[in-house]
This record gives sequence, C-alpha cells and structure tokens, in this order.
Amino acid sequence: MHEWALAESIIVTIMKEYEKEKLSKVFKVTVKIGELQSIELDIFNFALENMIELYKPPVDLNNICLEIDRCILKCKVCDNHWNYRDTPKKLEEDEKEAIHFIPEVAHTYMRCTQCGSPDFEILQGRGVWIDSIEGEK
Amino acid sequence: MDPRLNIINKRLENIKRVIAVSGGKGGIGKSQTAAALAQYLSMQNYRVGLLDLDFCGPSSHLILGIDDVFPEEDMGILPPLVGGIHFMSITFFSGGQPAPLRGGEISNAIIEILAITRWGPLDFLIIDMPPGTGDPTLDVIRLMERVEFLLVTTPSRVAQEVMKKELSVLRELHIPVIGVLENMKIKNNSPTEEVLAGLQVPFLGSIDFDEDLEDALGNTDKLLATGFVKQLGQILAHSQMIS
Ligand SMILES: Nc1ncnc2c1ncn2[C@@H]1O[C@H](COP(=O)(O)OP(=O)(O)O)[C@@H](O)[C@H]1O
Ligand SMILES: [Mg+2]
Ligand SMILES: [Zn+2]
Repeated sequence: MHEWALAESIIVTIMKEYEKEKLSKVFKVTVKIGELQSIELDIFNFALENMIELYKPPVDLNNICLEIDRCILKCKVCDNHWNYRDTPKKLEEDEKEAIHFIPEVAHTYMRCTQCGSPDFEILQGRGVWIDSIEGEK
Repeated sequence: MDPRLNIINKRLENIKRVIAVSGGKGGIGKSQTAAALAQYLSMQNYRVGLLDLDFCGPSSHLILGIDDVFPEEDMGILPPLVGGIHFMSITFFSGGQPAPLRGGEISNAIIEILAITRWGPLDFLIIDMPPGTGDPTLDVIRLMERVEFLLVTTPSRVAQEVMKKELSVLRELHIPVIGVLENMKIKNNSPTEEVLAGLQVPFLGSIDFDEDLEDALGNTDKLLATGFVKQLGQILAHSQMIS
C-alpha cells in the first residue's frame, strides 16, 4: 500500500509542473514503472484515482499513461548485463517486499548472475518516474 | 523527472524541528548522541522521531535494542513507535544484512525513505547521520528544507580538524548549526571550546568517556541511567537548544 505515497508524489509533481510551466492544459503524462519495485498496478491506479479526487489536478486518470520499464542490472566488476527477471535464485517474498519499499536493498538480496558480486548498477527499471508531461500553454 | 522530490517536504511539514546529528568522523558517538537525544526528548514528553540514515553502518536500532518491529503500511509507511520514539531505518529492509550501496544509490534510497515515510506530527525528528560530508549529508541539506545540524567531535585534534571542515561546508551553505558537542572526554581540558571560540559556533558541552555505556547498549532503561545520558540531559537542560 505504499503505492499511495508514490501516487501522491506523481499528482503533486504534475500540479507543480502545471503551475511552473504555466500550462492551460495537460494532454498526457507518461509514468514509467520500474520492474524492480514490483508496483501493484491495480493498487497504483486506484491510488492515483483517489489522489486525483483529493488534489483535483488538471488531469484525470485517462491522461496518465503507465509504462512498465524493464529492469536491467549491470555488474560493476565484470560488466555483465542481466534482467531482473533472469535472476536464477528466486527471491523470497520478504526480500521482494523489502526491494518493493527500497529498491536499493536489491544489493542485499541479489548478486551478479555471472561473478556473484553485489556491486552492480541499476541501469533502468528501478522505480516510479515521470517520463514526460505533455500540455499546452 | 523524479516525482519523489516534490513530496519530501510535505512529509515533513508537521515536524517542528529536524536535527541532523553529524560530525565528520566515524566512531565519535553520533549514533549514541542521536539515540540519547531522542530518548531524552521523549522523556520530556516531546513527540520524537529518529531516522537512521547511516545505510552502511546502521546503529540506532542496536543502541536502543529495537528489533521484532516493522513499519506498517498505510498510504506510505508508518515508523513503528518503540519506547516513545517513532523509528525508521534501512535495517527494516536489509534485515540486519549488509547493504553495499554506492553514493548515487545511497541518495536514491534516502530519497525513497523520505518520500514514503509518513511521520505524523512531531516536535523533533532526530537524524543519525553517517560519517563524512558526502552524498547523505549533501542530500539531507538539499532535500530537507528546515534541517539544523548538531555536530559531535571528540577532544582529539584528528576529529576536530574534520569537524571544522564540516562546519565550514555548513556555513557556506547557510545551514543552521545548533552547536558542537564534545564526546569521550578523558582529560580535563576541552580543546573543542577553544577551537569554537574563534568560529562563533556554540560549544554545547562535554560528555566524559563512559565505561559503563557498553553494558547498557540495547536496553533503554539502563541507557537512561548511564552517565552519558545524564550528562547529555544536563547539557540540554542548560542550553537554549530546546525551547
Ligand atoms: N562517551 C562515551 N563513552 C564511552 N563509549 C562511547 C561514548 N560515546 C560513544 N561511545 C561508544 O563508542 C562507539 C561508537 O559510537 P557511535 O555512536 O556508534 O559512533 P558514530 O555513530 O559516530 O560512528 C559505540 O560503541 C558507542 O557506544
Ligand atoms: Mg553512527
Ligand atoms: Zn559480475
């Protein structure tokens, strides 16, 4: 349910940008959802809907487009690139849950699939990100 | 665009004062001071939060003996209330195991914690800072609008030199400094007081090296009875820091 906190940050950011850029209309907001954080899309949408009701931003749910961002990890030691889903060792539920809250603790529970190092980079697909806000002045 | 940055100060809006306990070096008693400060304030019936931002060496939970609790989820995460202190730490998520993070990732994790933690109304949020003036310190300054710093040092010249450097960074960035606490005093003199006199930074006082502290770790009642907590209490009672 901490999807709500992230949904709130999206709505607050849209409102700030709307004011800052002096927009008269917002057509489309593209939000990337990184795989690593395992956001529950149903909950996230529901939370967005509720936050829209609460904050009354200049968009409705139809204007917010959620895109799943594949999570790619890159080892700092051996340069191996791999996808989060290809991690051979299945994560325990509580490990997944911890990564869901703070994606960086992936370094506690995951290792490079080639050399076993915890020193890898999250190249993409970490968490919730606003890719673009399209509108007119 | 990182949406989390826009919600952080909203998460802190019902907190009257945010105090980062810092001081360049490691092992000088920052965590000990942060925990004792939180305990002391809570005993004075203030509403207190304690946030451990030392991701590489989280210690607050060890000092206060916090285990077997986990944040609740409610439109974010709620810091569990332990012994009168609302507590948040990466240790809840790393489960006591190491979290080997690089600088940028430490920043990212700090931003996440600040964006999703719902503190509720507090009189004080105390932050247990990692050593140094690297990413975490700069992030706290960048992200938490109303933060004030309380610096810890030991009487050693080695610690003082690092403390002075941090003071100078804070001054340049116009960050309020409550003062400097001298910890682990063994001899009679207080070199920190002399060092600070020229810098126009309040000297808060000294805390002696406390041989009984180690045995009290992890037990809040024992901690309250230590010389460390008593001396810190006296210093705080005589300072204008809490008013
Ligand atoms: N005044 C003191 N007397 C005795 N031991 C102390 C005192 N202050 C701190 N310590 C101990 O020194 C160690 C380092 O303190 P800590 O607070 O973890 O330092 P830091 O957070 O600055 O790295 C801990 O074991 C702590 O209990
Ligand atoms: Mg510490
Ligand atoms: Zn590798």
